[in-house]
Amino acid sequence: MNLAIILQAGVATGTALLFATLGEILTERSGILNLGVEGMMLLGAMTSYAMSNKFGNPWIGILFGMLAAGLVSQVHAFITVTLQADQVVSGLSLNFLATGISLVLGEGLNSLVGVPLIPKFDIPLLSQIPFIGDVFFAGHSALVYVGYLMVPLAWYFINRTRPGMHLRAVGEYPSAVDAQGINVFGMRYFYIFVGGLLAGLGGAAISLAISPGFFAEKTTSGQGWIAVGLVIFAQWNPIRAAFGGYIFGALRRLVLDIQGPMLLLGFANPFYYNPYYGFFLKMLPYAFTVIVLIIGSREANRKRVGSPAALGLPYIRGQRGL
Amino acid sequence: MSESMTSNISPKGRFPFKLKIEPRLKSPSGWFSSMLSFLAVVLALLVGAGIIAAAGGEPWRAYAHIARSSFGSVGVFSDTMVKAIPLMLTGLACTVAFRMRLWNIGAEGQFFLGAWGASLVVLAPILPEETPQWIFIIVMSIVGIAMGAIYGFIPGFLKAKLNVNEIISTLMLNYIAVEWNNYFIYDKWSEGGFQMSKVFPRNAWLPRLADYAKEIPEFRGLTVHFGLVFAIIAAVVVWLILYKSQWGYEIRLIGDNPKAAEYAGIPIARNIILVMSLSGALAGLAGMSEITGVVHRLQGHISPGYGFTAIIIAWLAKLNPFAVLLVSVLFGALILAGREIQPSGVPTMIQGVIMVFLIASDFFMRYRIYFARRKEE
Amino acid sequence: MEMVSTMDQENEVRECRNVVCMRGIVKHFPGVLANDHVDFELREGEVHALLGENGAGKSTLMNILAGLYRQDEGLIEVNGKEVKFNSPRDAIAAGIGMVHQHFMLVPSQSVTENILLGLSEPRFRLNLPHYDAVVAQMAEEYGLHVDPRAKIWQLSVGEQQRVELLKMLYRGAEILIMDEPTAVLAPSEIDDLFVTLRAMTQKGKSITFISHKLHEVMAISNRVTVLRKGKVTSSGINIADTSRAGLANLMVGREVVFRVDKNEQEPGDVILSVDNIHAENNKGLKALNGITLNVRAGEIVGLAGVAGNGQRELADVITGLRKASEGQVIIGGEDITNLSPKAGIRKGVSHIPEDRTHVGTAPNLSVTDNVIMKNYTEEPIGKGWMVNDTAATKYARELKKAFDIIVPNVHTSVRLLSGGNLQKVILAREISKKPELLIAMQPTRGLDVGAIEGVQRLLLLQREAGSAVLLVSEELEELLSLSDRIYVIYEGEIMGEVADGDIEKIGLMMTGMQMEDIRLQGEKSNE
Repeated sequence: MNLAIILQAGVATGTALLFATLGEILTERSGILNLGVEGMMLLGAMTSYAMSNKFGNPWIGILFGMLAAGLVSQVHAFITVTLQADQVVSGLSLNFLATGISLVLGEGLNSLVGVPLIPKFDIPLLSQIPFIGDVFFAGHSALVYVGYLMVPLAWYFINRTRPGMHLRAVGEYPSAVDAQGINVFGMRYFYIFVGGLLAGLGGAAISLAISPGFFAEKTTSGQGWIAVGLVIFAQWNPIRAAFGGYIFGALRRLVLDIQGPMLLLGFANPFYYNPYYGFFLKMLPYAFTVIVLIIGSREANRKRVGSPAALGLPYIRGQRGL
Repeated sequence: MSESMTSNISPKGRFPFKLKIEPRLKSPSGWFSSMLSFLAVVLALLVGAGIIAAAGGEPWRAYAHIARSSFGSVGVFSDTMVKAIPLMLTGLACTVAFRMRLWNIGAEGQFFLGAWGASLVVLAPILPEETPQWIFIIVMSIVGIAMGAIYGFIPGFLKAKLNVNEIISTLMLNYIAVEWNNYFIYDKWSEGGFQMSKVFPRNAWLPRLADYAKEIPEFRGLTVHFGLVFAIIAAVVVWLILYKSQWGYEIRLIGDNPKAAEYAGIPIARNIILVMSLSGALAGLAGMSEITGVVHRLQGHISPGYGFTAIIIAWLAKLNPFAVLLVSVLFGALILAGREIQPSGVPTMIQGVIMVFLIASDFFMRYRIYFARRKEE
Repeated sequence: MEMVSTMDQENEVRECRNVVCMRGIVKHFPGVLANDHVDFELREGEVHALLGENGAGKSTLMNILAGLYRQDEGLIEVNGKEVKFNSPRDAIAAGIGMVHQHFMLVPSQSVTENILLGLSEPRFRLNLPHYDAVVAQMAEEYGLHVDPRAKIWQLSVGEQQRVELLKMLYRGAEILIMDEPTAVLAPSEIDDLFVTLRAMTQKGKSITFISHKLHEVMAISNRVTVLRKGKVTSSGINIADTSRAGLANLMVGREVVFRVDKNEQEPGDVILSVDNIHAENNKGLKALNGITLNVRAGEIVGLAGVAGNGQRELADVITGLRKASEGQVIIGGEDITNLSPKAGIRKGVSHIPEDRTHVGTAPNLSVTDNVIMKNYTEEPIGKGWMVNDTAATKYARELKKAFDIIVPNVHTSVRLLSGGNLQKVILAREISKKPELLIAMQPTRGLDVGAIEGVQRLLLLQREAGSAVLLVSEELEELLSLSDRIYVIYEGEIMGEVADGDIEKIGLMMTGMQMEDIRLQGEKSNE
């Protein structure tokens, strides 16, 4: 077990979670809870894998994967924003829908070979830094580096720009935003779409970079749900989301690596001698999500920072163009 | 007044009528509501057909196949009912929780734990193999229910005491339950290196209709098992609890407005824990009845997602326990026939489309939509 | 354009010389005709009051002018040009800004951010320090003092109102609409507001002032238009040519009785005794700071104060909905401090909550389910572990009749009820229990005059029946006419107690002056 390798893999694996979490943060900041992340990720993974194969170019694949997830997210937008239905139920149905479509259209994809994947490369100079270079800047797929850029950009966008200010306002007090003539409905549609795009990108990162291929539900194996949980842990802040995403990535990798050595911290490694104990290790990311939720909720209580005030509530006003 | 709205679909158009949307001032009738759900399902099937066709399948043949291979004869209908039983019980589990607006998405995991609990009785073993059947059934039910209840208690406790979102915690527990089961079938209870336990002794099987084929020849080959009785009893109990009891009144009040419930002196945290435990217990019973009535051993693939389909069933049944029984039969058919349909994701997708249309149709319950003659402008 | 030509044929064309002319405005809501051919004109540099009862259609009319609603019929001219507003943005562009009764401010954002909300400048990057300076300068110019960097939730209600005004001024509004601006202010803050408004009219701004309070209308406005049930009963008369009684008549359509008859009676034992209560609000800030008061059987005790000074928190602590960090609540001789709401209910505490829809009722449940909320475990409605549906329905029908709740049947969801009927459901439930102690929070807010009288009569009946009543209200007139004694609360502390209905003292205490200080001052001025 080499710490640098685990962390390096953590960063690589966590990138998919990071994209999905960032997308959900933007959606929830606009006041809409979208529980369909898992399904959207799966759709993104399936579409991008299939399209990369069809066009022979992973980037075109990613583009299609993002668009597919973005489009399916608009079902949720229509139901929750225009029809004002319950966001929890709608999100769950979106999940079924997107998962189902992925399974139907993704039939037989696992037999494909030689699908073009996202290229991996080192960042010149930065990769030479001892340890940090190995962990963050060496041998990663291009999407990992995109992830690095996206975190500060998302933070800057939310906190230091005019549209970001409007985004924060619409999730807190939509009537105030509406009274200033900003289209609340349009904004919510847009940020649900952005959330979909990023979930799709997260899915594409899995099928075209992290663990290439499409293996039905096993492709995402609950990472979309973990992303929804991470949003609460991140307190709707992209920087914290990055922490959460990478830590979770590392944890997933650790679960695999911990079965390797015969000795663990000087003791006989039970996971080495009975590989079936590995099932308990596999529980860890999920159990850890629950723990992270507990921490997140407690911290939110203590600091009295909560979710966006209008999260989960439909916006209804006197008159509107439908 | 702020809730009203009138809208103008095409303000510039020459169309002499405009679409008006107004909130309903009266609740629509039950007849209207049922028709709406029916229409939603029909529309969903049409859209589903489109997607199947797009994927290169033959939708009408697929649907016809579903109908034939689930309702075509007494034999296949019996198989449909076998698929419906776990759906009924998990559907009731979701009904109880959803009534309080607790989103228990963990019926799947609670189902696994119920199955595991029932297996524990045979495999631990708690009871010797020669124990009489009725004792086996009672003890396995109790342990299965208890395991499911504990698995519902955990997210309930986390929600009530630590304010942890139950949607995510129940989902995470689903994944954990699967790994938990995996450990036992791969290692502890593995039979000869296969990923399954040994077959339970006959005494630990729930009675099936086919068991009485000697006395009544018509029952030959019918797989319907005693779990159906569990499901019917459970539906009656859930109905009594939700719609007749004081506890049910509290559940409905909390579900509609927790602040009002608190104001009325109803302890919310306690009810969250109780309702989640009851919900888990029902799902646990589903797992127990599946393992002892159908599978007769603990193995990997004991559920094609019953706990998730249950969510849609509860919603489609409008949280009415008896409607849950009926709707479960339809979805049992979908799951039974769906196993043979290619592509294999079709049932999941159809479920998703149905649910999307159902929730969209709710709009018409809240708003009245009509055409009004455009005023001369 | 088509519309104009048809209007030409229908209405006689009048030339509009004023900054705003609204002609023949009609607005329907489902089941209600909110505005029925309303005309309204606003002159440059005037304060024009729009007077009417709750539900008379004042806010609807002004929401149309502010672009939030669109009229079904009628036309609007601003500065002589016909306008059609599709959104508030259009109205703002035409120089019309509205300060709503519920402030449209984002609590988690700063003053400057709220002022910049929705503007096209800055384009993308938000250079807050720069705009903070601009806002500060503007605040200085109009005498609207507020820290641009402060978050809205940290500000007092009066300061938030200033932010709303700044927001409109920053947008270059020449026409300001203020919807019930004084409802949330203390008397001294109202004076400040009036000074600001006058200063603005002197700079050429024109102001519409929505109110149902006659004395304020008399005090601030140049002209007044009165609405009743969606129709204009008096259009743009000079305030000098009218009287308070005359306006009241126009507003209500009959002579208004300003006092309620109340018989003399000796109060009995102390029922509620609150001793040195400390508690926090939802934000974790100190809300109650050593409150001590008592209410005896057969008396109505008023609690006066500007909203947000701890009234809600106090009611919550008494009814068990909020934990006190210090102090004691004793009801009927029993210490129920920090026990569950159930303990209070058992001791005979009834509570008419401030928030009818979010606390007082369950919107999607039936009238029956809502009225049995506090006795569903008691015979005959509660039977063993069951709820006896027949008994519950019978009980609900009785209450529907006794309290004149207008609803098709008792199985209707209460979300379909009007505000007045909803309040009747709550009153029916709380009063029919014959409470030992009744906590009534803003029981008449938002009701029309007839309903207000009904509620006030019910409260007096409780007093006669020997209940202890704690009445929390922001309507001073209501407190004065109903209460035997009045406590004044300010920032979580009781400033003093008034038994003689001295409105001046109450006003001073509402702005944070202690009773003793008032007395000392009085003595000084006598010397």
